[in-house]
Amino acid sequence: MKTLEVIQLSKKYGKTPALTDINLEIPQGSIFGLLGPNGAGKTTLIRIINQIIEGDSGDILIQGERLQPKHISRIGYLPEERGLYKKMKVGEQLLYFAQLKGMPTGEARQKVEEWLRRLDIHSWKEKKIEDLSKGMAQKIQFISTVIHSPEILILDEPFSGFDPVNAELIKNEILELKSLGTTVILSTHRMESVELLCDHIAMIHRSFKVLDGPVKEVKLASKPHEFLAKIKKNGKPLPANWQYGVETEDYASFLIPLNGQSPNQILGQAMEYGEILGFEEIIPSIEEIFMEKVKEDTHE
Amino acid sequence: MNKILLVIRREYLSRVKKKSFLLVTLLTPLIFPTIMAVFLWIAMKDTGEDALRIIEVVDESNEFFLESADQYVFTFSNLSREEAKTLVQNGDRYGFLYIPKIDLTNPSGIVYYTNKTPSFALVNTLESSLKRKIEELRLFQSGIDPKLINSLRTNVSIQSITLDNAGEEKISNATVNFVIGFMTGILIYVFILIYGNQIMQGVIEEKSSRIIEILVSSIRPFQLMLGKIIGIGAVGLTQFLIWIVLIFAVTSVVVGYFGMQMPQQQAMEMANPAAISAMGDSAEMAQILEVIYGINFIKLALTFVFYFIGGYLLYGAFFAAIGAAVDSPSDAQQFMFPVTIPLIIAYMGLFVFVLEDPNSQVSFWLSIIPFTSPIAMMGRASYGVPFFDLALSMGLLILGFLFTTWLAGKIYRIGILVHGTKVNYRTLWRWIKAD
Repeated sequence: MKTLEVIQLSKKYGKTPALTDINLEIPQGSIFGLLGPNGAGKTTLIRIINQIIEGDSGDILIQGERLQPKHISRIGYLPEERGLYKKMKVGEQLLYFAQLKGMPTGEARQKVEEWLRRLDIHSWKEKKIEDLSKGMAQKIQFISTVIHSPEILILDEPFSGFDPVNAELIKNEILELKSLGTTVILSTHRMESVELLCDHIAMIHRSFKVLDGPVKEVKLASKPHEFLAKIKKNGKPLPANWQYGVETEDYASFLIPLNGQSPNQILGQAMEYGEILGFEEIIPSIEEIFMEKVKEDTHE
Repeated sequence: MNKILLVIRREYLSRVKKKSFLLVTLLTPLIFPTIMAVFLWIAMKDTGEDALRIIEVVDESNEFFLESADQYVFTFSNLSREEAKTLVQNGDRYGFLYIPKIDLTNPSGIVYYTNKTPSFALVNTLESSLKRKIEELRLFQSGIDPKLINSLRTNVSIQSITLDNAGEEKISNATVNFVIGFMTGILIYVFILIYGNQIMQGVIEEKSSRIIEILVSSIRPFQLMLGKIIGIGAVGLTQFLIWIVLIFAVTSVVVGYFGMQMPQQQAMEMANPAAISAMGDSAEMAQILEVIYGINFIKLALTFVFYFIGGYLLYGAFFAAIGAAVDSPSDAQQFMFPVTIPLIIAYMGLFVFVLEDPNSQVSFWLSIIPFTSPIAMMGRASYGVPFFDLALSMGLLILGFLFTTWLAGKIYRIGILVHGTKVNYRTLWRWIKAD
């Protein structure tokens, strides 16, 4: 089931294209990684989904319905550039943001209590934001994003500003929300968190979508069809197309291209040159795929 | 709609609950009565010491007899000029007036010695009493009895009555209308500047602390802007309301206290040293009171509230747009200029044209154009404005407010999301044109 669908979306700032014919399908209950270098158009896309700005052409559907003001209460948004009212108390501030999202006051109050207890920070309720540390404020910021129980959660660089302990805490909260059926769109430069959290990814580069799909498929599609073999050499000269890797006293490692052969055939060949200590297929990390795509496009 | 109310509530409460709001609100109205009290106190002390101000007069011709005024006592002696000067030097005399033998048709050589710079009022008093004396002497020389002249002097005061269309007569007094027009006009001017600036600061705060992107993902920028303007306006109205109540209370206490200590007569003489006569004074007072009773205060108050709010909303939108276009208050300077110029024109126009002649062409236009009308119209309103003028001006102000809010909204919704770019008038124009 698709929670959010982007159809042929385009947006220009003056003559500069920010998004060109973008198509995306974001499945319900998934964590969708939105990747791309700075200035690629990610923020523009996110802002359009949040109805902060409008696209020039194309459509956005939320559960099959065209995007309209009533959807605001169903989306939670944590922008990359974020802040809170410094002079306001934690409790008041969370209540205000929940109400702005259209929550009735009584329910909003209850949610504030619930979340403050859940993250173990109920004692901060009467404190002003200016008296909190940056990490503490980030926690409040995260609560303000999810307090109205949104069906779609859009997080732009959610881990920036967190120490590792709190980043872990937030990561677990995201996973918890996902298990409850929330669809999460995660825009980040931190590829390790993409790898860890995301089911689907899409990559935007220079206003175009250059990559899209489930993380596993994307990885498999991008694999270079090479195997890494660790061999304890017996001295026999090796084939020239084997790329030489690391060599230690105990073993040497080689990158062996498949060249149409099956892995077993290659393994058979490798065994002739010594004792096999390890043999595995090269699967690129998301980061490598990302770098590769950016480089590829820049060369064009 | 509900969301605008939320914004209004937050803007209002977050300001009213501040300690500084309470402090400023309570202390400001105390400042004026305190200053007034200090002046009254000094003035009363002064009049108490007046008897000590003795001025020595040396008159070579022995023809001048100056009547001691309430502030100064003149003593006449046959001291030499040098002896009298020493008296002044030693501080035994407040001053010394030397009158040589003079030609009455062309008097010259009169000197006043003092060890302090003489006040303008004192020199005036001396000159006018000498002038009167010389005139009397010359009249006498020409064979006319000065007493006859005095008895021929007549006091004339014109009572002006305004006739309205319905033929109803109303006593008017320019002084009363002037004061009301002046006070209300200034109040609106100050209100727009102070609270306009607060709007700007508030927008800059939301923009620079990056709350804005969260806010506009929940509420339309236009609603946010409107909520802020209305919320801060409500803070201002609250503050003014408290001030008016406090100023009335404290002033009446102060005036009541000093008023009882000072005999009515003396208080009036202080206010008007060249008092004609006690009779004339009370007649004029009665007339002023009659004029004040004659003013339709409900109509005036409603007009004031309308222009007060209308003017604030008209300019408030601009201040919000400026806040949205810049990253910090220091960048705002370049855009403040075109907003403050019409305000200053209205302010100057109020004094130079409107209060001088409320029915002139310039006054008419100043009170019609929405950018100057909130301030200028108050100058006319106290004198009474034709219905057509008032309706036209109010209608245009509403249109003007809608226009500036629409225009500012266009700048606002783009400006709040732009960071770190130098914005100039060309950029603003591009934002306005963008759809």
